[in-house]
Amino acid sequence: MIKAFSKSGFNTLNNDFMSQWFVRISTTVKAIMLPIVGIAFFLGLWTIAANNIDTSLGQFPGPKAVGTQIVNLYQEHVDSREKEQAFYQRQELRNAERLKKDPNYPAKIRDYTGKETFLDQIITSLVTVMSGFLLAVIIAIPLGISVGLNKSLNLAINPIIQVFKPVSPLAWLPLVTMVVSAVYTSDAPMFDKSFINSMITVTLCCVWPMVINTAIGVSSINQDWLNVSSVLRLPSLVHVRKIILPASIPAIFTGMRLSLGIAWMVLIAAEMLAQNPGLGKFVWDEFQNGSSQSLSRIMTAVFVIGFIGFLLDRAMLKIQRFVSWDKTTVNR
Amino acid sequence: MSTLLNISKIDMVFPTPNGDFTALKEVDLQIKKGEFISLIGHSGCGKSTVLNIVAGIHQATKGGVLLNNKEVLEPGPERAVVFQNHSLLPWLTAYQNVELAVDQVFKKTFTAPERKEWIEHNLKLVHMEHAMHKRPDEISGGMKQRVGIARALAMKPEVLLMDEPFGALDALTRAHMQDSLMDIQEELNNTVIMITHDVDEAVLLSDRIIMMTNGPAATIGEVLEVDLPRPRDRLSLAQDVEYNRLRSAVLTFLYEKQRKVEPLNHGQKKQQNAPTNKKVDVA
Ligand SMILES: Nc1ncnc2c1ncn2[C@@H]1O[C@H](COP(=O)(O)OP(=O)(O)OP(=O)(O)O)[C@@H](O)[C@H]1O
Ligand SMILES: [Mg+2]
Repeated sequence: MIKAFSKSGFNTLNNDFMSQWFVRISTTVKAIMLPIVGIAFFLGLWTIAANNIDTSLGQFPGPKAVGTQIVNLYQEHVDSREKEQAFYQRQELRNAERLKKDPNYPAKIRDYTGKETFLDQIITSLVTVMSGFLLAVIIAIPLGISVGLNKSLNLAINPIIQVFKPVSPLAWLPLVTMVVSAVYTSDAPMFDKSFINSMITVTLCCVWPMVINTAIGVSSINQDWLNVSSVLRLPSLVHVRKIILPASIPAIFTGMRLSLGIAWMVLIAAEMLAQNPGLGKFVWDEFQNGSSQSLSRIMTAVFVIGFIGFLLDRAMLKIQRFVSWDKTTVNR
Repeated sequence: MSTLLNISKIDMVFPTPNGDFTALKEVDLQIKKGEFISLIGHSGCGKSTVLNIVAGIHQATKGGVLLNNKEVLEPGPERAVVFQNHSLLPWLTAYQNVELAVDQVFKKTFTAPERKEWIEHNLKLVHMEHAMHKRPDEISGGMKQRVGIARALAMKPEVLLMDEPFGALDALTRAHMQDSLMDIQEELNNTVIMITHDVDEAVLLSDRIIMMTNGPAATIGEVLEVDLPRPRDRLSLAQDVEYNRLRSAVLTFLYEKQRKVEPLNHGQKKQQNAPTNKKVDVA
């Protein structure tokens, strides 16, 4: 009797154990397999579609063409760097020879002026988006906090924000360009004008979502926490630093992630429109080029843009996880 | 002993969309130093409102509160509050929550090592030394409430205001916390106002029980002096005649004299349904 009982007990335990393992394995398999299936399906569809689309620049690029271009573009980058090095080496040699003949000869080194490679353009776009984004953070978060804390300021500023928020930053681009060329005149400029233009465009599109989200976060802080602060009579600066800022970190980050996503999209468009260096210009140049390779290069750029956008969002999420106390909002 | 805290004929009127709502009418109470006062009454009668006025979070519409003969106009650390729902800051550990208060109140009087010692002392007082570097979401409800109490005690307040400090706790933790509170009170001789729903808790802890009538226009219905000798022991009190007399006095007040006639609507928040409960003459 006892034996039978214990045996059946063992059995059920074992079964539980097995079924648990089964569930665990099947979820892992699902987590790995389903994306692979999805991607394979997408690649198949893409290949079929590409084979059936003929353009004036030849056939629409399929996965294979894109794969080839990735290798090509990287090789071009390596070649270009080698050329650049050779260029400088030649100059140095020449200078050394001249100096031997004439010790008073002022040695000169001219800058290399090769075309930017794909990798250079990626770096340019990344630097631009980060700078514009950081500038927006510096402006928007203090502004958002002040607006959230001060009802009158909120009433005063809200209509302006509401009107400017839906404006595509691209509409600002001509104005920004004109103002920058009028105002930013220095003999030895630290940054290119085109960089400043793109950066300000990015900032303009980041500022609104950040201000709005920060202000909402600040104005909807739990009343209990504000009561704690007032019972302690925290001075205003301490109050902002110890209560307001940490309490609204989740909302602030929501705004930051939102605006970084928009900023990346807008930047590419702005670079295309204004011919400012970056991935957008790469796409536009290839389009103007119209060689048989152009479409596959543009397609490659599209994937790279998407992938970088994804990485930017992941990076923001990582930072948010690190700073935010509210782990529940982070997992979305 | 003379009066430390004078709640002098306060009225509280809340403006609501359906017209003014009189929550409190002529609440008048004088409290001596070292006294332990319980406020008891049905849900929504205005206990938290009284406490918030003493804390300075609300201003009375009429009358006022005097602490040491000075009018209370804003919140301050000399009137520390243990809030109804602990209100710890979730981004700070238990230690840091207490630290925020201690640093603010004793910035000038204590050195940094003294402050550290004081913070740890207060966390030990509520038996939280083992979890003092945990965040609120990593500790239980009872532990959070204890940290809230430690934070309030650490401010060395002249008056300690507690809004249902043990309301969310299970019966065992609750009894344990009540015992700790009696010990602390014995040691520090704090002046305390505590809101409670629990008749046994009120009788066990208090020197005086203030029983409030039902709102709207709630006021003090009866005051019960609790003259049981201290230290009090819950087990031996259970057979005590005087204890049981006091207990039934409170029960009689709550369930006979102030019986709630309105239907109980459990799921709803009292804040939401209260304005519709009252009768307003709309001309
Ligand atoms: N800010 C406010 N505006 C309007 N009415 C309010 C406000 N605060 C409280 N009231 C009303 O005043 C009355 C008393 O509320 P209070 O919170 O003081 O009750 P309470 O006795 O603490 O109840 P509980 O025991 O459930 O906590 C309630 O009817 C409530 O609806
Ligand atoms: Mg209450």
